[in-house]
Amino acid sequence: MSRNINKEIFNDFLIKYAEIGIKGKNRYIFEDALIARIKHALEGVEGSFKVYKTPGRIFVSAESDFDFDETVDALQHVFGIVGICPIVKLEKDTPESLMKSLVTYMKDMYGDTLTGKGKTGEQAVAIMKENGFDASKPEDAVREDVLGKLKWQSLLPSIKRDAADCIRFKIFARRESKNFPLDSMELNLDCGEAVLDAFPGLKVDVHTPEMIVYVEIRDYIYLYSEIIPGPGGMPVGTGGHAMLLLSGGIDSPVAGYMISKRGVTIDAVYFHAPPYTSERALQKVVDLAKIISRYTGPINMHVINFTDIQLAIYEKCPHDELTIIMRRYMMRIAEKLAGDCGALALVTGESVGQVASQTLASLVCTNEVCSLPVLRPLIAFDKQDIVEVSEKIGTYETSILPYEDCCTIFVAKHPVTKPSRAVIERHEHNLDDVIEDLMEEAFKTDRIIEIR
Amino acid sequence: MEIYLDNSATTRVYPEVAQLMTKIMCEDYGNPSSMHHKGVEAEKYVRQAKEIFAGILKCDAKNIYFTSGGTESDNLAIIGAAQSLKRRGTHIITTKIEHPAVLNTMKYLEGQGFMVIYISVDKAGVIDLEELEKELSEETILVSIMHTNNEIGSVQPLTKVSELIKKKSPNALFHVDAVQGFGKARILPKKTGIDLMSISSHKIHGPKGMGVLYVGDNVRLIPISYGGGQQGGLRNGTENVPGIAGMALAAKMLYENFDADIEKLYALKKQLIKGALELGDVYVNGVSENPDDIGSTAPHIVSLSFQGIRAEVLLHTLEESGIYVSAGSACSTHKPEPSATLKAIGLDKSLLDCTLRFSMSNMTTKEDIDRVLEVLNKTLPMLRRYVRK
Repeated sequence: MSRNINKEIFNDFLIKYAEIGIKGKNRYIFEDALIARIKHALEGVEGSFKVYKTPGRIFVSAESDFDFDETVDALQHVFGIVGICPIVKLEKDTPESLMKSLVTYMKDMYGDTLTGKGKTGEQAVAIMKENGFDASKPEDAVREDVLGKLKWQSLLPSIKRDAADCIRFKIFARRESKNFPLDSMELNLDCGEAVLDAFPGLKVDVHTPEMIVYVEIRDYIYLYSEIIPGPGGMPVGTGGHAMLLLSGGIDSPVAGYMISKRGVTIDAVYFHAPPYTSERALQKVVDLAKIISRYTGPINMHVINFTDIQLAIYEKCPHDELTIIMRRYMMRIAEKLAGDCGALALVTGESVGQVASQTLASLVCTNEVCSLPVLRPLIAFDKQDIVEVSEKIGTYETSILPYEDCCTIFVAKHPVTKPSRAVIERHEHNLDDVIEDLMEEAFKTDRIIEIR
Repeated sequence: MEIYLDNSATTRVYPEVAQLMTKIMCEDYGNPSSMHHKGVEAEKYVRQAKEIFAGILKCDAKNIYFTSGGTESDNLAIIGAAQSLKRRGTHIITTKIEHPAVLNTMKYLEGQGFMVIYISVDKAGVIDLEELEKELSEETILVSIMHTNNEIGSVQPLTKVSELIKKKSPNALFHVDAVQGFGKARILPKKTGIDLMSISSHKIHGPKGMGVLYVGDNVRLIPISYGGGQQGGLRNGTENVPGIAGMALAAKMLYENFDADIEKLYALKKQLIKGALELGDVYVNGVSENPDDIGSTAPHIVSLSFQGIRAEVLLHTLEESGIYVSAGSACSTHKPEPSATLKAIGLDKSLLDCTLRFSMSNMTTKEDIDRVLEVLNKTLPMLRRYVRK
């Protein structure tokens, strides 16, 4: 939020959403999904809320005492929301009462922060008169209001609103429902004048305003002037379902977050290798899933015991190809789990060239074992960019905890960076006599942890 | 079946201790500072506890202070003494193998302008007395040396240390971190010439969050926290009556059958070391060249290095058979860096990451050790097949 605002005066929020506004006949699906996600997000917030839509708008109304910051924080975790506007809702009345309410709103909202060296209309006219302004003279015969003042401002620097000191603002009024006497243009002018008169520290600037005060005439009148940014994206649940290969590292939780941001519901699979990885490594992955689930909604996390497959690969395949072959089996298992729960894609945290198993040549080798699309939202990200997102979504601190989720025993000191598909495939045949049984056993170990 | 061999990390609370604590929490819950009967009743538990410790340590009840554990006792002793004596000097001596509760407190004091000397240890983890003698001087205000090392079980020659201090630095205070030693040895601070001694409750089958600091006569400490003036204003805050009573009962029970228990522990230690050495490519840390000569080490701690096997992997493998042990010191495994103690005893680099600590209690049986050796015998060859290439 750009300014310190008075959070006490709000009971309602207007939810702005961008992309889902353009989905034509399917729009209601997206809006309803967004409402469902908002309701879910607010479940953990103290207070009771009503979430409802009117044409083109979604509102959140508090129906009890509530915590403003906690509410906003919850809404900032809902994909699909572009902006959260704390609004004051007024009954429709006369234009005069609207002006009064508008000034009250500004006073309540910003208090003394809007003062400056400018003058009120009356003060300006008084100063102009002291300086020889005479309304009876034809050349001075301008209205003693905003316009007249503007003319005199150019002549009298002493009453000029000091541009460096004043806050530039504009009114953005919209009359959506026509049963109000002023149209949008008139509303802009009259509201602007009312605010200018009440706050000497403001000046109008329609091109580069620092503050936009919105006045919307609908079934009610809505006033707002702050738009708190939301996470953007699409409501989760509108983009299908995918299976995330989740580890305890930095990348995969970010990948899950990013795919989810496009509206995709995610489930996850983690490959556990006791005794080579510890219970704490598993707990760390659960913690990471929990953190991203604030954005993604509930996640079913599959935990597959991968130890025996890993040991078989270690024994029967060339050491420098361990990681690639291991990943191929992880992809195969993930695809099977995806099929079982109707997921339409796999998601990984891979980024070109980050490690040996993520060169293009390696990606080809790991990609070819599955037919579902593999979504790699981080594919062109630098590590630093990924770290930044992970810090923003709060997974970084957990990701860098020391518990390893792949024992270094299974990491070659010099892994292949340009594996050949034919060679990898040939070496994989070394596993032919055992792998079917091992895969079956691995699926039997599948344990689902419900992350809420 | 559960075989808990991580008693140096923490111990199971004696059921009698838990019962007593429940009774105090639910019935005798008064504040010892209250003037009414409830308070008097609570105070009685505190006084009894002091007497129990005074009896064990052969000192006066007024030498006993209750803290929140070994770490606080170490902090209060070291910082309290350093602050109290800083006008006389800034020279402090400790060892390279202290617990982090001491080492990091020393680091803090270094930042406060004190000069700290860290004495080396030999391969068996025993301090170099010549080096100590050389470093001791009139300038020395405090010497802090642990009784039993928590990772390898080496025991320091405290009586000799005390004699050296008396000879070279008669004005210095002598602090002993006896967290691992208390309950496993008869440590008599007054007789030994120890001025300050730290004890922890949860290493002796008492509750967590409790400890004792022995403060000798005529030792003046500056408190490290301030409040309502309890415990002579040295350790402020309402006394944790159930914790104090529980810890004291645990200590009393531990020393009731002391000699037989210690004898049994040494037998188990001998059995474990002997069996482990027979497995091949296993090394024992914290004992002298002659493995039979374990009488000068702690009876309950066995540190073993398994060539070619990552400690964490072996730890989790044993866990699958219900055997619980530690890799190095439980308190250091949160940090990926190798343990300071293992480095200080000059352990081969390739073994640093291959070292497990087995720590027993008087609840450990011969059958437990048999089973551990059997599991090790079965799993070591399997684990050695998978090494990093």
